[in-house]
Amino acid sequence: MLLEVSGLRAGYGPTHVLHGLDFAVEEGGVTTLLGANGAGKTTTLRAVCGMVRMEGEVNLAGQRITGLATEDIARRGVAHVPDGRGTFMELTVEENFRLGAYVRRDNEVQRDFERMWEWFPRLKQRWKQQAGTLSGGEQQMLAIARALLLRPKLLLLDEPSFGLAPLIVQDIFAILRRIRAESGVGILLVEQNANLALELADRAYLLETGRIVMSGPAAEIRQDEAIRRSYLGY
Amino acid sequence: MDAFLLQLAAGIATGGIYASVALAIVMIYQATHHVNFAQGEMATLSTFIALTFIQAGFPYWVAFGATLAVSFVMGALVERLIMRPVQHAPILTHVGVYIGMLLIIGNLTGWVFGYTTKVFPSPFEGGGPMFGGLLSAHQLGSVGVTLAVLVLVYLFFTKTSLGLAMRAAAYNPRSARLVGIRVDVMLALGWGLAAAIGSVAGMMVAPIVFLDPNMMLGILLYAFAGALLGGIDNPPGAVVGGFLVGVLENLAGAYIVGTELKLSVALVIIIGVLVLKPSGLFGRVVFSRV
Repeated sequence: MLLEVSGLRAGYGPTHVLHGLDFAVEEGGVTTLLGANGAGKTTTLRAVCGMVRMEGEVNLAGQRITGLATEDIARRGVAHVPDGRGTFMELTVEENFRLGAYVRRDNEVQRDFERMWEWFPRLKQRWKQQAGTLSGGEQQMLAIARALLLRPKLLLLDEPSFGLAPLIVQDIFAILRRIRAESGVGILLVEQNANLALELADRAYLLETGRIVMSGPAAEIRQDEAIRRSYLGY
Repeated sequence: MDAFLLQLAAGIATGGIYASVALAIVMIYQATHHVNFAQGEMATLSTFIALTFIQAGFPYWVAFGATLAVSFVMGALVERLIMRPVQHAPILTHVGVYIGMLLIIGNLTGWVFGYTTKVFPSPFEGGGPMFGGLLSAHQLGSVGVTLAVLVLVYLFFTKTSLGLAMRAAAYNPRSARLVGIRVDVMLALGWGLAAAIGSVAGMMVAPIVFLDPNMMLGILLYAFAGALLGGIDNPPGAVVGGFLVGVLENLAGAYIVGTELKLSVALVIIIGVLVLKPSGLFGRVVFSRV
C-alpha cells in the first residue's frame, strides 16, 4: 500500500470534522473520496499533508508521517493541489515550475519540465506570464504540474473540476488519465463530480459527516444504482 | 543652475541611503505585512559595530564585510527570538514589540557606545570633488555601493533558487510549505538580509551625518516615505521611491521650506501618499470582495 490511513480524526479548534477514517491508496492507484459538501473531504486531504491538527495513523509507503510538518510531508513525496489551487499568482508560470521542483536535487528536473509541457502544452505558451493572468483551466493545469514536479509518490487533488467549464473539466480529466497511465503516481482524489471521479478511480469511499459510510471498487459503486441515487445524486 | 544641479546630485546621494533602508522595510513588510519601526536602530547599532571593528585596526572593507555578517545574524536572531513567539498575535502586539525594540536597541546602543557624536570614516576619502564639484568622493562612492547592493539583492531574488523560495514564502506561505519550502527559515533569512542591507545604509550615511545613537531616526522616516511613495509591496518601487524622496527633500530644503523644515517633507509625502494614492506609484491595488 502507498498510503494507509487508520483512525483519522481531525478538525479545527475544538470541533472535530473527521471521526475516525480508515482508507488506503494503492501504489500507482487512484482512490476517490466522495460525499456532499461538509462531509469532510477537504479536511481529510489537509490532515494527510499536515495542514490541520490530527490524530490517528498515516503511513506513506510504510513510513509513519503522522504529525509531521507540511513541508516535511511534501519532502517525503506528498504533493497537494489544495482548494484554491496553491499556485503562486504573483509569480510566472516558469517560476511556479521551478518552485514545484524546489526540493529536488536530481538532474532530471529539465526532463520533467518537458514532460509537463507535453501534458499541458498551454503552459508552455504561457511560460513567462504571471500565473494570476491565466484562465481558470490553465491555473488548474499549472497547479497539477507544479505538484507533479515534486516527483511525488502521492498526489492529493482537491476538486480539480471546481469552477471550470464542462469542456475544460473533460480536458483536465483526460490529462489525469494520461498521468495515471504514464507516471505511476498514486492519486487521492476528492471530487464533487462523482461520475468523473469514479471513471478515473479504482477505489472509492463515501463520506458522510466525517465518517466513511461505504467503500469498494470504483467500478462496483458506479454500477450500483441504489448508492448512486442515495449518495451521489445522479 | 549650478546650485540646482548640486542639490540634485546631493539628493541622489542621500536618496541612495533612503532607498536601501526603504528596501529593508519593504522586504520585511512583504513577508510579515508589518513595518519594522526598529529597522533604523538596528542599522545604527550595526554602524557602531563597524566603528568598533575599524578602531580595532581592521582595514575598512574587512570591517564592512564583518559588519554585514554580524548584522545578518543579528537580524535573523531578532526574528527567531523576538518575532517568532508573537507571529500569530494581533497587530497591536506587533506594533508594541517594534516600538519596544526601537527603544531598547536605541538605548542599548547609547549605553554601550555612548551618546557623544562620533566621526565615522569613509573609504572614499581623498578623491576630491567629482563631476565639476557636484559630488564629493564619498557621495559618489556611497551611491556606487548602494547601487551595487541593490543590484545584488535584485539578482539574488530573481536569479537564484533560494531567492525565489524566499519570495514564494512571502507571497504565499501555505503554498510554499506544500512545495517543501521551510517558511520559518526563509523568514529568518529575510530578516537577516534586511538587517545587512540596513547596515550598509548606516555605514554609508554615517560619514555625512556623523554617528550617534539617534542617527537613523530621521532617515527611517524618509525611507518610510520612499517605501510608501514607491509602493510598500514593491521592492524596486521602494528603491525608486527612496531616490525620489532624497531628491525632493534636498530641492525642497534648498528652495521651498529651508533646511529646518526638511523632515516635514517626509511627513507631507507620507500623508500625501496615504490620502491620494495609498498603493504608491508602483504598488498593486488589492481589491477584496465582501
